[in-house]
Amino acid sequence: MTEDTVLPAQREQVTVGEPLLEVSGLTKYFPVKGGFPIKRTVGHVQAVDGIDLTVRVGESFGLVGESGCGKSTTGRLITRLLEPTSGSIAYRGKDISRATRRQLAPIRSEIQMIFQDPYSSLNPRQTVGKIISGPMEINGITPEGGREKRVRELLEIVGLNPEHFNRFPHEFSGGQRQRIGVARALALEPKLIVADEPVSALDVSIQAQVVNLLQKVQKELGIAFLFIAHDLAVVRHFSQRVAVMYLGKIIEVGDREAIYNRPRHPYTHALLSAVPEVNLTDDGESAGRERIRLAGDVPSPISPPSGCRFRTRCWKAQDKCATEEPPLVRISGNQEGHLTACHFPEEPTTEARDEDIVLDPALVALEEGAGE
Amino acid sequence: MTTVTKPEGAPAANAPDGFLSVRDLQVTFSTEDGPVKAVDGLSFDLARGRTLGIVGESGSGKSVTNLTVLGLHNPLFTKTDGEIVLDGKELITATEKEMEELRGNRAAMIFQDPLTALSPFYTVGRQIAEPYMKHRKVSKKAAWERAVEMLAKVGIPNPRERAKDYPHQFSGGMRQRAMIAMALVCDPDLLIADEPTTALDVTVQAQILDLLKDLQQEFGSGIIFITHDLGVIADMADDIMVMYAGNAVERGTVDEVLRAPQHPYTWGLLNSMPRLDSDLDTPLSPIPGSPPSLLHPPSGCRFHPRCTFQDRVAGAAGRCVDERPLLGPDRASACHLTADQKRTIFIEEIKPRLA
Amino acid sequence: MIQFIVRRTVGAAVTLFLIGAATFFLFVAAPSDYASLACGKDCTPARLADIREALGLNLPLAQQFWDFMSGIVMGRDFPTGHCSAPCLGVSFYSGDMVWSTIMDRFPLTATLTVGGAAVFLIVGVGAGMIAAYRRGTYIDKVATGASMVLSSFQIYFLGPIVLTVLVYSTGWMEDPKYVPITQDPVGWFVGMSIPVCVMATIFTAQYTRMARSSMIEQLAEDSIRTAKAKGMSRRYVFFRYAWRGSLIPIVTVFSIDLSALLGGAVVTELTFSLQGIGRLAVDGAVNKDLPLTMGVMLFGAFFILVINIFTDITYAWIDPRIRLS
Repeated sequence: MTEDTVLPAQREQVTVGEPLLEVSGLTKYFPVKGGFPIKRTVGHVQAVDGIDLTVRVGESFGLVGESGCGKSTTGRLITRLLEPTSGSIAYRGKDISRATRRQLAPIRSEIQMIFQDPYSSLNPRQTVGKIISGPMEINGITPEGGREKRVRELLEIVGLNPEHFNRFPHEFSGGQRQRIGVARALALEPKLIVADEPVSALDVSIQAQVVNLLQKVQKELGIAFLFIAHDLAVVRHFSQRVAVMYLGKIIEVGDREAIYNRPRHPYTHALLSAVPEVNLTDDGESAGRERIRLAGDVPSPISPPSGCRFRTRCWKAQDKCATEEPPLVRISGNQEGHLTACHFPEEPTTEARDEDIVLDPALVALEEGAGE
Repeated sequence: MTTVTKPEGAPAANAPDGFLSVRDLQVTFSTEDGPVKAVDGLSFDLARGRTLGIVGESGSGKSVTNLTVLGLHNPLFTKTDGEIVLDGKELITATEKEMEELRGNRAAMIFQDPLTALSPFYTVGRQIAEPYMKHRKVSKKAAWERAVEMLAKVGIPNPRERAKDYPHQFSGGMRQRAMIAMALVCDPDLLIADEPTTALDVTVQAQILDLLKDLQQEFGSGIIFITHDLGVIADMADDIMVMYAGNAVERGTVDEVLRAPQHPYTWGLLNSMPRLDSDLDTPLSPIPGSPPSLLHPPSGCRFHPRCTFQDRVAGAAGRCVDERPLLGPDRASACHLTADQKRTIFIEEIKPRLA
Repeated sequence: MIQFIVRRTVGAAVTLFLIGAATFFLFVAAPSDYASLACGKDCTPARLADIREALGLNLPLAQQFWDFMSGIVMGRDFPTGHCSAPCLGVSFYSGDMVWSTIMDRFPLTATLTVGGAAVFLIVGVGAGMIAAYRRGTYIDKVATGASMVLSSFQIYFLGPIVLTVLVYSTGWMEDPKYVPITQDPVGWFVGMSIPVCVMATIFTAQYTRMARSSMIEQLAEDSIRTAKAKGMSRRYVFFRYAWRGSLIPIVTVFSIDLSALLGGAVVTELTFSLQGIGRLAVDGAVNKDLPLTMGVMLFGAFFILVINIFTDITYAWIDPRIRLS
């Protein structure tokens, strides 16, 4: 099993910019059981529904969206913690979406995961040293100088005291535990780390420590990241390219500049405008952001709207949106690599509009009442 | 060395109709490991119709303070000292009966997670109607009508039907709206919102925050808004109080605290928070270390173990370790640096990193 | 709801059949059988064959099983007479119809169970709730302490002590005995009071502890804090909000206890020398009396299944999030 495993030293050098992970048509349906007298599948939660994305060598690719959009499921599909319903996941050109455990073995070490909850993702009965060296043991890797030396090295890299390898997770604070999680992910010198909400359970001041650590890891070790988060500002800070998901689909993807400054999809506009921001300019100039307030919550992924899935909450929706699903393409006015799935895209700016878009009926009623 | 013997100075003399005033509040929990001083000498004021944002990380005492205002801690394990005066009435010494009359009526609260905060066993309508029936002494039917009216106000479509639903039949955003309806049903003077949008998605959060602001216009309640998110506080509050390890470390208006912050902790918060318009080449500068355990809080200034500016404090070496800095009234920060130092450090060292 | 009951009833019937099959075949597989036991020391093969034939044990196993199971639904004819449905066969040992034996014994077990359950549910849960309501006070400490001590007792320990004190040494009461309530209500009550109370005492202690901790857990819920924050009185919060949530674990344990007791309160019956279902079960097993054992097993299983369905309906009534079907 370990014969095929690529040892760190033998790894061929790959240049930055080459595709490392190519996902196409990736789909995951979770069956919904019910019925009488015999339980059967009565529907599906369309958690991820045919998404394409590419993560290049050494880059950080951000995946943002609200709860239920399928971003976490995507991460779990790519690390093969879940079996895809259909679609392909190509890692360095090799499809791993149907690979068996044995076939996956050499690749497992190259794709690692960091989880959201640093409290539950570490085994409380194992010492930190054991946790971090676990992946090396499972994959039968003994680095030069022994595993213990490597564990100390890793602890040092993530900013923990290397002498603490004999301690247990409960002896560390939340931020430190997340560092342990990072050290474990780094143990096998991965090429790709899937980080699922790695900082959202942490306090603001600790969050920044972990973001900086991940950034250091990404830049210095050249590890590519699939960075999954709901916090748009954190994703912007960390990722060079970003995809926005809504109800199991990628609705817009592009480099950071395009998504944050020249978004085209109405949902991207709504998301960005919803982020509460500290206005730090002395003259209050940056108050000039557009204000978009959607109505209601995200619909159920069991029976998503036909056509464009955002149309039920979209202010630009027309009949065409219900009948025809917009393809994720480079629409006119978009730069290279900026794809948008929308029939009636917005202007590429986030500046304030002449009139706010307020769809929430309660807000409309209250604001009109106040205006009179 | 010196220890603090006198309470923090009285703040906010510029709040003429300040109707909530808290003075030198101390809250101590007895735990198996020993007493935990969750709030240690806190004073603040709130005027009618204004919003005070309390910002801080977990363990800063921001939630504890506000549960204390409503007397919601279990008296078996909690020792409370100091003074909480709401509209001339002292609350710490008030009887349980008096507090019941006040809660949900003159002072109401919105909690973080509407799924667990609403009871799963009763309909949304009933849960909203209950306090109205109790405090306004109206019939069940009148209270139900009021509940439907409130649900309509907070934007629940088809409120008459939805009032009969149970909380689990509502979506997350709708549950929080129902929670707001419940809090506002008796038209309270004081509304305490404890991280009301933390569990919500960002687009829903934006709706709820705007809703709260619009409703405040209509109801005129004073709001204490508790959050860890500086963006939310900037959006919601008129005044800000920054808390750290059971103390208030800085207070002022939103503009003062966010545009010219004076306390190293506030600087740290601002510097560790990525923004949509921040410069991408500047790395975040986090606060080193982690928040202290309140079982054994640091001596002197509680922030000193994480503070990178303490060597610049004038006077005896180790002043930050020995002497607890006081928070003055009005615009103030609890730090031994001089006012000039605070201004210069912010302008020269902190602000450039916020670009 | 109706769909739920139909589905669960069908499921229960299937389960009963499977339990019957398991009991039957496990019993048959056991190393000794009734026939050789009844044949005695000077057993001859011919005599053994006679006994086997008389009991129907010479027939193929499948046929024996089928005869038994179909008898429950349709009744059976024995040389000794007709056994109408639900027929659980004829006891090897006594030659009596099993169903009528069970019916003779059941009133005693039912008295013990229902009487005991009424006491331990009301007193136990009540004491637990009061202890939780007055948490940290002397009432709480007394209730917790007493229930701790009592729940570590056993019926076969407490029973003889009570008998010694109340019956043998003082003569205040008579030995426990069962008199049908239809014959002599006072005698029924007096005769059963000691076993019911002793059994209930042990269970009460357990229910007090369970109700208290369940209640305290509920009182820590966020929704309780919300109810307080809107000015509901302590009493209201306690009896309207927390009470309801605390019922779920109590209902779970109660349904298990109730069905177990209805299938035979073995320890209590043996301690007080009462002739109930539990005693019957022991006799059946000791005597290798297949029909009796099958009968008592199925009778007990029936209660477990019925009570289970009622429990699920109760859950749905308590908590609207639990939907039937």
